[in-house]
Amino acid sequence: MSSPQREGFTAPSSISHAAQGYVASKSLGVKYHCAQCGSSFSLNKTDAIRCKDCGHRVIYKARTKRMVQFEAR
Amino acid sequence: MSNIVDIEYNRVNNTTSTDFPGHSSGEDFSWDIEKFKNNFEIKINSFNEREGNFDLINIDTSIANAFRRIMIAEVPSVAAETIYIFNNTSVIQDEVLSHRIGLIPLKVDPDVLTWVDPSLDEKDRHTDENTIVLSLDVTCTHNPNAPEGSTDPKELYRNAHIYAKDLKFEPQGRQIEIFKGRPVVAADPDILLAKLRPGQEIHLRAHCILGVGSDHAKFSPVSTASYRLMPVIDIKEPITGQEAKKFQKCFPSGVIGIKNDQAVVENPRKDTVSREVLRHPEFEGKVKLGRKRDHFIFNVESTGAMPPDEIFIKSIRVLKSKADQLRNSPISQ
Repeated sequence: MSSPQREGFTAPSSISHAAQGYVASKSLGVKYHCAQCGSSFSLNKTDAIRCKDCGHRVIYKARTKRMVQFEAR
Repeated sequence: MSNIVDIEYNRVNNTTSTDFPGHSSGEDFSWDIEKFKNNFEIKINSFNEREGNFDLINIDTSIANAFRRIMIAEVPSVAAETIYIFNNTSVIQDEVLSHRIGLIPLKVDPDVLTWVDPSLDEKDRHTDENTIVLSLDVTCTHNPNAPEGSTDPKELYRNAHIYAKDLKFEPQGRQIEIFKGRPVVAADPDILLAKLRPGQEIHLRAHCILGVGSDHAKFSPVSTASYRLMPVIDIKEPITGQEAKKFQKCFPSGVIGIKNDQAVVENPRKDTVSREVLRHPEFEGKVKLGRKRDHFIFNVESTGAMPPDEIFIKSIRVLKSKADQLRNSPISQ
């Protein structure tokens, strides 16, 4: 069973960790900001789309940390 | 010929100067530096850190206008040119924020910086000799000590308003010594750059370089540099009694005085030459309005980097170097 490559997802090259029963301690979730209370948190793909603090259902993805250059003109 | 521009009800006459060789017979208008030195006069009316007012008398329009244009477009000053944005989650877009930062006048002596060489590769272009680095790192948070029931964002949040004074100077290399005791700050600290709400942040660096106003208005050292010609009010026939009072009211206060029940010109400099007096038939033929064509009243307003006198002196130097360049070029041989 093969799935097409999805953006932001790379299939593991080996299955050794899974085979050994490891659980990745690093969170793979995406960072979000709540539109209501402004708190930041990360969600995994199975999580409900809700703020973890206030339960608001409108959330924004965090902006990239990459530097962007602009001309002050 | 008279050197007064005639201002009439619906037209302006005698506007061009005619004091050049070959215009009229019997008069010598050839250029003579000694003659110019004897006639030329500078009067200083007022000078402070931000604004200067002075008169140039007995000088041709072409030269006076050259000084005005050079002050606006060719006297160098320092402004932010490149903005590196690491994070900006505020409602103001990166481009707009960059533009606003570029327009902030900076209090920095342009003489301490050298020109950036645009022919160099971008990563070698900026050194501690030609670039000033400013950084802005602000995050808005809730104020836990906000007064009960307050609706003022300044009380409810911390860093709700971001001003030009929040830009922090980061001295590079030898700049620590050069700028000791006079750090680079915005000339006006209270320019509002952005408004934030809790959770929003701005994190950026700005590289400030030397430039001229002809490249971009942010490099112009003046807000305005302008001149006007000295007004002339010539009362041909005596104006007395009630008419004198009415005549006085046709001009801004202080221009016309009343002495022995007769209108006299007190201070034509204050006149705006509105021509109001020409609308009233009772004053017809009794007054002549004009402007002295070779008397320039300059007003120079600095943005704060340099005092206005320094800007004017630098404009003279620029014009001089242009003249030197022209004299040494092959076409003048």
